[in-house]
Amino acid sequence: MAHRFKPSQTFKDCDVTDESVYRDRRNVIKSLGFAGLGALMSQPASAFGWFSDDEEKKDTFRTRPLEFSVNENFKPDEALTPEAKVTSYNNFYEFGTDKSDPVNNAQQFSTEPWTLKVDGLVEKPLTLNYDDLFNRLALEERIYRLRCVEAWSMVIPWTGFQLSHLLAEAKPLSSAKYVAFKTLYDPEQMPGQRSRFTGGGIDYPYVEGLRIDEATHPLTMLATGVYGKSLPPQNGAPVRLVVPWKYGFKSIKSIVSITLTDKEPPTTWKRLAHREYGFYANVNPAVDHPRWSQASERRITSGGLFNQNRIPTRPFNGYEEVASLYAGMDLSKFY
Amino acid sequence: MNKTLFSRPVRLTSFQVNSIKFVIHGLASGYLALLFYAGINDQLGADPVKALLHSSGIMAVNLLLFTLALSQIARRLPCADIIKLRRMAGVYVFVYALAHFLTWLAFELQFAWQMAGEEIVERPYILVGFAALLILLALTVTSPLFIRKKMRQRWQPLHNTVWAALFLAILHYTWSLKTGWQEPVFYWLVAGILFSLRYVR
Repeated sequence: MAHRFKPSQTFKDCDVTDESVYRDRRNVIKSLGFAGLGALMSQPASAFGWFSDDEEKKDTFRTRPLEFSVNENFKPDEALTPEAKVTSYNNFYEFGTDKSDPVNNAQQFSTEPWTLKVDGLVEKPLTLNYDDLFNRLALEERIYRLRCVEAWSMVIPWTGFQLSHLLAEAKPLSSAKYVAFKTLYDPEQMPGQRSRFTGGGIDYPYVEGLRIDEATHPLTMLATGVYGKSLPPQNGAPVRLVVPWKYGFKSIKSIVSITLTDKEPPTTWKRLAHREYGFYANVNPAVDHPRWSQASERRITSGGLFNQNRIPTRPFNGYEEVASLYAGMDLSKFY
Repeated sequence: MNKTLFSRPVRLTSFQVNSIKFVIHGLASGYLALLFYAGINDQLGADPVKALLHSSGIMAVNLLLFTLALSQIARRLPCADIIKLRRMAGVYVFVYALAHFLTWLAFELQFAWQMAGEEIVERPYILVGFAALLILLALTVTSPLFIRKKMRQRWQPLHNTVWAALFLAILHYTWSLKTGWQEPVFYWLVAGILFSLRYVR
């Protein structure tokens, strides 16, 4: 009796798309010959990046492998977002408002030398140079979920250290209640800071802030790497904040200063639209953005249209151990 | 110099009209097919759903502006036959708008019907976009000639609501953006100019 052959593995095509094919996608599209229509499309609609081919041929920013330990406590049972997507789909308005702008515009960004200052209400102000960011504190890898306020999410392996360890070295004064962060201001390197057109109308430099108990929570980290390598500029090289229970815009990139203060510091998105973005910005499925629901999110994974996953959003992005920080607070008011 | 190209009205033969239509068919349906093909094969960047939503939506608006510009072109150039292309362009506006809506329903919301209903009612920007889609639907189903004839003088007032669809669609786009005003301002300007041209002889 002949039996019908049944494969033991049932991968779909998209599960095995070769990276070289993925990287060549623009040529694939172009070879189909509809490039002329691209002229009809306005800039943000250019899903294929019609005009960015030249930039892509330029040298890409050089990242390097890091030495780190793996923190076994942060290995969620969830599929990682592929590195190619983590490093090509970014909100970093300093390099343009479209999500593919940072990867296209930031490759010439210079991170050496770099200076990160820790000052304000501290006993011992610190100044870290580029090498200090990687050597002063032991690096560890943690896999965190990242939930964007735009209702998409990723799962990303960050390399870095706990912010609390750095703050402990600076010895905060008891009067320090908040921590203010600031991104580099360098219009020559960051086209979005040169023109309001490119930068989305934001007042630069980008600033963010946390309450001190949030900043010193063991989940809060400063990342200097992603996927085992030093950060590429589009992800916030050389050092960025990662606060996994808050919407992504809290995780400020390319930080040059960390200042401890006694007042709630201004934060960029709150300043731009305070009814839509608050100081706390905790991931909360029960509090919608005024213009869209936050009850669920689309997880960005590999695969095309038919591999998309909409999943329920969890309070504090699933990091419920931070809930006690907000005991007694009305989170619909302090969004 | 007396004899310029349009010194006399230009008539297009039916072969010429059909050829132009054929090309528009190929471009409009080919581009849409290409978008979905790329999306299904994960070649639309990191988030194919967003890319597809944005591309189909913005193309619907672009095509709508093109369609309305055809009226002005046909009126102002001595080649009134250009108007013969307008209905087809208009139908493609609906096709793109429908693709935009179905992408949202099928891939963004993954057929969460209850959520779809809530979103349409609760989110002003989705509500106005949906209203624009319904207007385009009404215009599309009344576009065949025999229906147009049956509707007699009621046809034109209905089809003037295309302007409402245009402004609602641009409002939908404006509200959907997290920040940035340059692109919406561009669209409002172009739409405003086209609309005012109706009243300029």
